[in-house]
Amino acid sequence: MSIAEEYRLLLKPKWLSAWRRASRARSRLGRFLLLGALAAAAWPVVYLTLARFLAALRQVEDIGPLLASRLLALGLLIFFGLLLLSNVIGALSGFFLARDLPALRAAPVDGLSLYLARLTETLVSSSWMVLLILVPVLAAYASVFDAGIVFLPISIGALLPFLLIPAALGSAFTLLLVRVFPARRSRDILLVAGLGAIAVIVLVLRVLRPERLVNPESYRNLVGFLESLRGPSSPWLPSQWTADALVGGLESGSDVLTWLLLWSTAAGLTTLGAALHGRLYPTCFTRAQEGDEQRVRSSGRSAALARLLSGLTVRRRELVLKDVRTFFRDTTQWSQLIILAVLVVVYVYNMGALPLNAGTTISRYLTTLVLFLNLALTGFVIAAIAGRFVFPAFSLEGRTLWLLRSSPVEAGEVLMSKFWTGLVPLTTLALILTVLTNLVLQVPPILFALSIVSIVLITATFTAQALAWGVFFPVFESENAAQIPTSIGGLLYMLGALTSLGTVVLCQGWALRDYFVSGLPGRAPRSVTFSEAAVALALTLGVTLIGVLGSLRAAEARIESRRSG
Amino acid sequence: MIELASLTKRYGDFVAVDSLSLSIPKGRITGLLGPNGAGKTTTLRMIAGILEPDSGEVRIGGLDMAEEPLATRAMLGFVPDRPFVYEKLTGGELLRFTAGLHGMSGSVIETRIDELLELWDLVPWKDQLVESYSHGMRQKLILSSALVHAPRVLVIDEPMVGLDPRSARILKDLLREFADRGGTILVSTHTLELAEVLCDEMAIIDRGQIAVAGTMEDLRRAAESRDAGLEQLFLRITRGETDHRIASLLDALG
Repeated sequence: MSIAEEYRLLLKPKWLSAWRRASRARSRLGRFLLLGALAAAAWPVVYLTLARFLAALRQVEDIGPLLASRLLALGLLIFFGLLLLSNVIGALSGFFLARDLPALRAAPVDGLSLYLARLTETLVSSSWMVLLILVPVLAAYASVFDAGIVFLPISIGALLPFLLIPAALGSAFTLLLVRVFPARRSRDILLVAGLGAIAVIVLVLRVLRPERLVNPESYRNLVGFLESLRGPSSPWLPSQWTADALVGGLESGSDVLTWLLLWSTAAGLTTLGAALHGRLYPTCFTRAQEGDEQRVRSSGRSAALARLLSGLTVRRRELVLKDVRTFFRDTTQWSQLIILAVLVVVYVYNMGALPLNAGTTISRYLTTLVLFLNLALTGFVIAAIAGRFVFPAFSLEGRTLWLLRSSPVEAGEVLMSKFWTGLVPLTTLALILTVLTNLVLQVPPILFALSIVSIVLITATFTAQALAWGVFFPVFESENAAQIPTSIGGLLYMLGALTSLGTVVLCQGWALRDYFVSGLPGRAPRSVTFSEAAVALALTLGVTLIGVLGSLRAAEARIESRRSG
Repeated sequence: MIELASLTKRYGDFVAVDSLSLSIPKGRITGLLGPNGAGKTTTLRMIAGILEPDSGEVRIGGLDMAEEPLATRAMLGFVPDRPFVYEKLTGGELLRFTAGLHGMSGSVIETRIDELLELWDLVPWKDQLVESYSHGMRQKLILSSALVHAPRVLVIDEPMVGLDPRSARILKDLLREFADRGGTILVSTHTLELAEVLCDEMAIIDRGQIAVAGTMEDLRRAAESRDAGLEQLFLRITRGETDHRIASLLDALG
């Protein structure tokens, strides 16, 4: 069999699986329509926003188009970094951890066709999201700069090597990494390093205070800001060559050298990767099969947690301990806490950075409004975090569910243990966010108390809802917990959680309407009365109780009914 | 000890278990045999309380599983056909967890965990994460987790998967001793040699129904073959004679 035939054969199971997954999704019409609608909504939003911005930028005399091209280079540079990281992680799975590898290694498959097939898989799985985002971005550039249909083949020609270079580089880097560390340890190191890098980027972007650019007075700053963007890019980076090739396409004047650089680098790196693979892969694959030292030493933390839970029944204690241990020993799980910490810092920083000058009437009204919106925003953050950490709880039992089902444990007991394991840390986080922002905003005592009680109740609702949606839409086959919330069930949970949040916010807004009006200019300002706060609290309690009890009951019934499935 | 009455389970249009009735007495080892897809695993999963039957009844120790699910499951130790357990727990933690699900903890359980791990030579692996265990080690761990709460009934789907000869010998002795002391065992296996030496009685299941059940003598009578071994009986009862198919395949392979 020729290399090309073998290459096609190796990829066949992958595209067949993908096709069948898609066919199954199509057969579930509701899901398909929902996902289609979401995708259809995202592209016009990106396109219209960027097209408007670029059109404004184009009006800036002399340097407008230059700034637009710099913006494109910066965007591609960020994408290049993400692609590199994503390809390194993807290559680890594809080349070293995939379940079909032992069978393929045992078969008389040529090393080159295996390399090319896995490189293609890595490229596709790591790049499709970037490609999806680039479609409306490049369409906006093409339309604003009147590039015409010829820009389409130019884009394809420039993006192919742009995607291939990080895939070949990432795969080669992974090969060298596995020579030093076992494959699973490498994945953990990369995961934490990657999330750390994202956290730093988010913090740096926030501290730059991009909101200043919204102010028309600082429009000159925008030009200066974009001028300063030249810094991180370099004529030696493939992202810059891609930007040059694309901009050349927009201006109908491409530089041959740019294209030559792009394609020769892509071809060269792929050839180099194939040579490295041929030489090192057998040794590295053997190394990847070696187990890592996984001994767990009894620690003070574990003993302290066991002491803390000593008041619970043996069954509940063991269920909670199991959930906590499996969470903190799974790098794909605990590493997400890095992002969470950044989220909290950025959130509190945002509240502190709000332009609320104390003492003026407008500022008093704004403060009241912000304080009220704070509940909605904190709620949104907590809803997203519950989606990430609580929604996968049932799915993660997956293949081990037989152990719980064949034991004398009621579904309700398992659910309650997962509910409390999720609720305690989420409530702690919600309280930290609410108390800190309330202190920053100098909130009056009654509203302070109301917001504290409300956020605790809403957090309980989100926890129960996340758990219940996770039971109704489990994803048992996923190997990575972080991917589970991106399923259709995760999406439906977020819609449900936001509906609950919206209902609570509306109820409280209705209960406190007179108080808000009193803050308007020309009205006599006053404090919230106890009766207003009591009505708001009662309504919140009603909504959240229905949410918590309804969700938990439905989830319990669903687990029981799965026995007959 | 285990009573199955007209047990039926469907998956869509496919009838996996069809009105199956079987009685397994206390202190006996019963083997559940049958070709692939005959309904063995589905039957065992219904006995273990993992699946609910569409109709029929499972009784364990005189208790109806549908009416008293927790009490019946408390009597059981279950070993599934595929050894999936929590990868991020250590062997010791997993056994403690399983005992905890049965409401047991303390020094008695700790001693039993050490004894079970000692039996399988797993003591050096007690504090290692399960993800680093081999297939056979996982099987030993799951067998231990089925025993850690001292059950009265063992339901085992393919007991010997991945076990080395020494561990297989230990398991046979262990199961025999368990039954001799009054425990009841229902074991499903494709290893007919094992069934022949280990089981007091056998039930051959085919297309979701019990084709024949009883001692070896009962099976021989049913197959009208006085001297046949279990393999011959099995093939005759399940219409699995394969000689001509093997010959034609080898002819095709050249």
